[in-house]
Amino acid sequence: MSRYFTEDHEWIDVDGDIGTVGITDYAQGQLGDIVFVDVPEEGKELAKGDEAAVVESVKAASDVYSPVSGTVIEGNTALGDVPALVNEDPEGEGWFFKLTLGDTSDLDGMMDEIAYEAFVAKL
Amino acid sequence: MSDDVDIIEVTETLPLDAWHRAHGARMVEFASYHMPIQYEGIMAEHLWVRESAGLFDVSHMGQLHLSGDGVDEALETLVPADIKSLAVGRMRYSLLLADNGGILDDLMITRWEHGLYLVVNGAVKYDDIAHLREGLADAITINHLDDCALLALQGPKAFDVLSRHATGAYPLETLVFMSGGQFEIGGHEAWISRSGYTGEDGFEISIAADVAEAVADLLCSNAEVKPIGLGARDSLRLEAGLPLYGHDLDPDTTPIAADLGFALSKRRREEGGFPGAEFILAERAAGAALKRVGLLIDSKQPVREGAAVVDAGGVEVGRVTSGGFAPSVGGAIAMAYVPAASAVPGTIVTLAQRGKTHTGTVTTMPFIPHRYVR
Repeated sequence: MSRYFTEDHEWIDVDGDIGTVGITDYAQGQLGDIVFVDVPEEGKELAKGDEAAVVESVKAASDVYSPVSGTVIEGNTALGDVPALVNEDPEGEGWFFKLTLGDTSDLDGMMDEIAYEAFVAKL
Repeated sequence: MSDDVDIIEVTETLPLDAWHRAHGARMVEFASYHMPIQYEGIMAEHLWVRESAGLFDVSHMGQLHLSGDGVDEALETLVPADIKSLAVGRMRYSLLLADNGGILDDLMITRWEHGLYLVVNGAVKYDDIAHLREGLADAITINHLDDCALLALQGPKAFDVLSRHATGAYPLETLVFMSGGQFEIGGHEAWISRSGYTGEDGFEISIAADVAEAVADLLCSNAEVKPIGLGARDSLRLEAGLPLYGHDLDPDTTPIAADLGFALSKRRREEGGFPGAEFILAERAAGAALKRVGLLIDSKQPVREGAAVVDAGGVEVGRVTSGGFAPSVGGAIAMAYVPAASAVPGTIVTLAQRGKTHTGTVTTMPFIPHRYVR
């Protein structure tokens, strides 16, 4: 399984043609206390770069973009009850949605963990 | 050839800039200043103020001193407050009004032994000074106290903490809500008033800029006190039902629409003679078309400033002017201007935000009871 990162601070774990998407620890730290998350429903078709989810902190609302094209197979319903999971475990239990990848070439050019850490270090 | 002049907006630093950074603040630009938005996190800071005491740096606000013969009469031509009856050490909330009755700013006016002390909003303080200079007789001196810092210590333990450090001609407990006096804190001269913008008991402390760090350190040396950022200041004042200038109040809103009729002193209502008096008094009698109300949002998703209040046909009939997650309420709340017919508590209103509709229930403010010591 491989993990990729975007410049918009999403991560995607890829296992076969299934991707799991969330936001990075850096992103949750910037957003602060998360009070509401709206995740996409099963069956939703997403193109790469589409607004896929909404995350609201005490301060502001932010969009989460789909890093790849694909069909949503599951939204993380646990975030509806406990949005703070995104603060507590952003790159684990705080995942947003899973989807089947339409085209694995969407992953080309995304950062790996080392490249993302270097990217964040410069922000 | 061009007459264009490049105006370079410079973000300024406040006396406690380095202090905030040393205390782990995340700094943002606000009212042309670098200001701390949060330290450990807005939620934790908000709840800390409600249960203990928080120190806020509000030095971006404008502190002004007016003096000169006839200063009371002069200021009464610009605000609807009864200044003449204001006793030494008492403070009053008021509004700078435009000739059409619109609100140019909201402010606190305090009678000092000599002259009047005003605290105005940071984002419009230079406009306010220009407006005051134009409207006040030449005999009135306006002194911008820009060599002073302003701190607020807010929360149920604020009194216990401050009484350990403040000494004066009379004990701190003689100060009740909306009154102030001259004290010393750690040997430094301070004007202290029992006031604030969180709904909690607390104090505002005006000190010389060059002792701000020493006073902040002294107050934060008490275990009950933590520094609190602008983020929590906003959620606290929203829960307290207090309007924020530039958001809930602006030149297009009037005192009646803003539900600030209490700021029109009885004598001034009877005598008139403040800007927009004719319009405002007529609106007071007839009621405003739109009214500022509090809303409890029926979902967990915050409905924020800029969302529309819509009628059954989806037509915009009002607007949300502040909104967010309220940590002490445990849900989303907002302030909105709604048609008078919808302003009755219990009314359900429909809100539109980013293509999604929400509902809110009109609720009596404050959302969290005030705990002022009167």
